[in-house]
Amino acid sequence: MDLQSLWVYLAARPLSALLFTLLAYQAGLWLYERSGRRTWCNPVLIAVLLLGGLLKLSGTDYRTYFEGAQFVHFLLGPATVALAVPIYRQWRAVRQSIGAIAMALTCGSATAITSALLVGWAAGATPAVLASLAPKSVTTPIAMSLAEYGGGLVSLTAVLVIVTGILGAMVGPPLLDLIRVRDPHARGLALGAAAHGIGTARAVQESAAAAAFAGLAIGLNGLATALLLPWVYALFF
Amino acid sequence: MLYWITMLLLCQWLGELAATASGLPVPGPVIGMILLLAFLLWRGEEPPDLARVADGLLNHLALLFVPAGVGVVAHLALLQAQWQPIAAALLVSTVATVLVTGWVMQRLMRKRD
Repeated sequence: MDLQSLWVYLAARPLSALLFTLLAYQAGLWLYERSGRRTWCNPVLIAVLLLGGLLKLSGTDYRTYFEGAQFVHFLLGPATVALAVPIYRQWRAVRQSIGAIAMALTCGSATAITSALLVGWAAGATPAVLASLAPKSVTTPIAMSLAEYGGGLVSLTAVLVIVTGILGAMVGPPLLDLIRVRDPHARGLALGAAAHGIGTARAVQESAAAAAFAGLAIGLNGLATALLLPWVYALFF
Repeated sequence: MLYWITMLLLCQWLGELAATASGLPVPGPVIGMILLLAFLLWRGEEPPDLARVADGLLNHLALLFVPAGVGVVAHLALLQAQWQPIAAALLVSTVATVLVTGWVMQRLMRKRD
């Protein structure tokens, strides 16, 4: 068996995709640690770029890759359920600040929707792209059904949600430092509201309180966006 | 350990069931999260083995987004046609959302103290 056919054989194995996903992520983590935990050295972004390049170079299509990587992807479901644990640990703080949480998330969700629509519209986005942009801060399954409701492109929304998550995890913490938001509850809520699960992954690195409030923000921001979106559309269109 | 892994999957399964049955646009895992939270509140304490499973998963939460993220690279063509308005909207909106949510929350938390 020559090298080329060996590679073709290996690239089609689920094990290869799984192995390279873990290797790329650990390379991302290593760079992140080496950079002194700079948020712009986002491990997800690094892993995605490495794997994207690898797929291009080897001529492997995404579907073949996903056959192996789905085992990692699958864990997103149980991990979301597991967010109940940090929320439970912070339950006293959650109960005490439920009004503040509701208010901050309503403001945050309204900002996310209207600013995306306004800037997109001013920059010349088509109506279908605008409707795909509107729910971009929400966790993927909710965002996709909301995009469909507004006449957006579901597959484009799935992409925009991930890009938003990575972007939010990168720019979120330095922005919060800049305006001196040091309260871990506020930091977590902001990261979860703007950047869903990827923002939450970043909040887990900051503190237990930030992790809990970010996890909470994923679900509640989805709810707030689902409720607000029809109103905003009624104003815009 | 195995008991709590099963419990996480059970909560997710019940969540998916509830989401499908009700037709609401809420993802099954989010309903599953609410179910597990309700269970913990009812129990009144955190089982150490559950904590180990949950922390293990959540410490590497970022890894779990990598396969979907690679999909972005595969779907870059979707972004190409309108990449400028998309990039502008994503950047401005993400910055604004972080600032507004964080600022409002911190102000309201301070007021309470």
